[in-house]
Amino acid sequence: MTAPVLLDVRSVTKRFGGFQALGGVSLQVFAGERFGLIGPNGSGKTTLINCVSGALRNDEGAIWFEGRDITRLPAHRRTRLGIARSFQIPRPFGSMTVLENLCVPAEYATRGGAHGADAAAEAMEILRLIGLDGKARAVAGGLTQIEMRKLELARAMAVKPKLLISDESMAGLSSAEVDEILAILFALHERGIAVIMIEHIMRAVMRFSQRIVVLDAGERIAEGGPEEILHNAAVEKAYLGE
Amino acid sequence: MFSLDLLTDAVVAGILLGGFYAAVSLGITLAFGLLDIVNIAHPAFVILGAYGAYVGNSRLGLDPIVAGLLGMPVFFLLGMVVYRVYYASFEKRGDESLRGLVFFFGIIFIIEVSLLLQYGVDYRSVDAAYLGATLELGPITLPFRLAIPFAVALGLTLLLHLFLSRTFWGRAVKAVSQDHLALRLMGASPVRVKALAFAIAIATASVAGALLIMIGPIEPSVGREYIGRVFAIAVLGGMGSIGGTLAASLILGVLESLTSTFYGPSWALAVSFGILLVVLAVRPAGLFGR
Amino acid sequence: MSGRVLLAVAVALVLAAVALTRVLENQYYYFATYVILQYVVLATAWNILGGYTGYVNFGSAAFFATGAYTAAVLIKAVAAPFPVLLVAGGLVAGLLGLGIGYLTLRLRGVFFAIATLALAVVLQTLVVNWGYVGGSRGIYTLRPARVPFFDNYVEFLFVVMVVLALGALATARWIERSWIGRGLVAIRDNEEAAECMGVPTLRLKLVATTVSGALMGVAGAPFPYYLTYMEPTSAFNLDYAINSLAMPMIGGTTTWVGPLVGAVLLGAAQQVATVTISSALNLLIVGLVVVAFVILAPEGIVGLFRRWRARARA
Repeated sequence: MTAPVLLDVRSVTKRFGGFQALGGVSLQVFAGERFGLIGPNGSGKTTLINCVSGALRNDEGAIWFEGRDITRLPAHRRTRLGIARSFQIPRPFGSMTVLENLCVPAEYATRGGAHGADAAAEAMEILRLIGLDGKARAVAGGLTQIEMRKLELARAMAVKPKLLISDESMAGLSSAEVDEILAILFALHERGIAVIMIEHIMRAVMRFSQRIVVLDAGERIAEGGPEEILHNAAVEKAYLGE
Repeated sequence: MFSLDLLTDAVVAGILLGGFYAAVSLGITLAFGLLDIVNIAHPAFVILGAYGAYVGNSRLGLDPIVAGLLGMPVFFLLGMVVYRVYYASFEKRGDESLRGLVFFFGIIFIIEVSLLLQYGVDYRSVDAAYLGATLELGPITLPFRLAIPFAVALGLTLLLHLFLSRTFWGRAVKAVSQDHLALRLMGASPVRVKALAFAIAIATASVAGALLIMIGPIEPSVGREYIGRVFAIAVLGGMGSIGGTLAASLILGVLESLTSTFYGPSWALAVSFGILLVVLAVRPAGLFGR
Repeated sequence: MSGRVLLAVAVALVLAAVALTRVLENQYYYFATYVILQYVVLATAWNILGGYTGYVNFGSAAFFATGAYTAAVLIKAVAAPFPVLLVAGGLVAGLLGLGIGYLTLRLRGVFFAIATLALAVVLQTLVVNWGYVGGSRGIYTLRPARVPFFDNYVEFLFVVMVVLALGALATARWIERSWIGRGLVAIRDNEEAAECMGVPTLRLKLVATTVSGALMGVAGAPFPYYLTYMEPTSAFNLDYAINSLAMPMIGGTTTWVGPLVGAVLLGAAQQVATVTISSALNLLIVGLVVVAFVILAPEGIVGLFRRWRARARA
């Protein structure tokens, strides 16, 4: 890789009470990369993402973004630096319209902050790209499952991120819908955004990722290209058991 | 001003008072700590229980504790109804944090003002032959007025502890606070378990109310003073632990008693509020994780 | 309605209020309307935190009384002029909101609500024990002998409250339509998502508690002059705690119109009711009505009206 390191996770540890969710995980994501993060249920993927986005504070280790230590920054400051995420279970601002949902990050997350008409125009453009422009005036609380997933991604885009973390954006969707979300993520990558995809749907992760890291029980057990990972003995064992 | 006797008396009175606080807080520990229902109206239900004991005592000549025990089934049913309304109107819609709270706040008003209209602002009390007696244990004087509520409160605490740890339904209540899936595997519906537990929480208010009016005369708005106390205890006691509730109640009782002995009774109220704020400010991580 | 039209309406209302003092002699109407207007301020203030942000404040009476007692102290100590009372009352109550918010708002919202519940009881205890302001006996405040332009002091206070109510509504409307308001609503809808979308949630919540507390304090500042004799039970009156949340709940919490509608309807009904029935029964009715509304019509009158209009159109 010649691209600069965007995200640098350095031996991050996180405990909940006596349970160690992350045991010194390190990984790097490069600018503009398509990165896959996989692992069995309870392996610590979402905990790691929560530490990166700032929803949780890690106990030990450090997190750097664009050559800057962000370990102590609150979540909204990280968002302003360019880290956006979608939630596994969609968390729309239910009382607002779809368009207003996007105005929140447009006003708060971007440098200077676009206000009023500018914010709305930017939001509309993102909705068009994602294919939600028909629903711009609809109240977000009443959307269908797939529309909510798209809204999650659209809202993350409105942050104008350098790094987008997609946390199981495809779980529970039909095969055609998975392809739709995948196409959106490819399109985001085209715009120069690095994407971390967390997913259980192997077909999607393998197709999307240039590089994959595998977590198991809070430890990193493998790293490599899709082909390598598919044929890695440790990964197979983690997924299938002994 | 300062003397060892005074200190001993204050500590003893504080321990006895603290035991009583545990009886008042058990309902909050169950509802708030385990079920995540922020029943700010619990102290109002305790006052309702106190007036129940008053009526049983003054009209029917019952012992206040007997009256409190007899009130339990009624309070149980009342709790059942309140929870069903709460569930259907707020919990199911995910609207507990704003409207659910306002709902309980409205209940406080309905209870308090109804009692006010019925019994006025005069202080009411109960009669029982033993209430004026004291027990001398060497240098320590135990007034029955405080000692009996203390003993009953300990009994109630113990019963609730046994229920939660030894019975099927008790374990189901504990499970509902942690893991809905495990509960389904046990074959119990979360809503039914919560209704049962909430009903039990309200039922404890009947006895706690009887103890309250034994300790001293009451009027309808006394309940408000307990809101800060019971939540301070629930938070300090670690949210949902019966043993923790008892320990926190005793600590608070002793601190209040010392404060009121050495600084004056009017400052005792500020103690619980101070503790509440300090605990919330100092240990946020332990509370936020839930 | 556009902002300019509303501004014109507001100016017209103030002028009408001033004109009214030239014709209407019966002091009762000024006393009664003052109370309703005071509720407009309290309900609007409550709604900035409760309705927009979703955090319940049960201690409106504490903030109101903080404003009232700040004013009483300043009058007694330095005979402070009227505008100073308003500013100081707002400032102290705002700081109280900021302090309570800072201590509890990093946690789950219920802790803030619980703290405000206890706050009223504790502050009242402190005031009762504070000899300088008369303790439980209360404190007398002499009104200035004359006030420029007005025939008597009650008429002056009435016009002041008209201006304060309009000011509170304008503040709420401005917040609602600005990026701050959108951030507050985002917090109400989903706080974690709001934080991840770059909303500085803690700071915004503190802004809301401070502004809300300050407006309640401002509403309380003229209170010593209004009563001339103020005791803790009147300043910490439960009416304020229940009404300031009942009114937005009944009117509707999502816009600035809701608290206004609720305060005018409920406030006027109470003014009529206290004349005809007891004030305790009055409170009981408020309690029952608010419980009925949160269960049956969570969107309030404004919500019902909107739904009715949408159906009429369809």
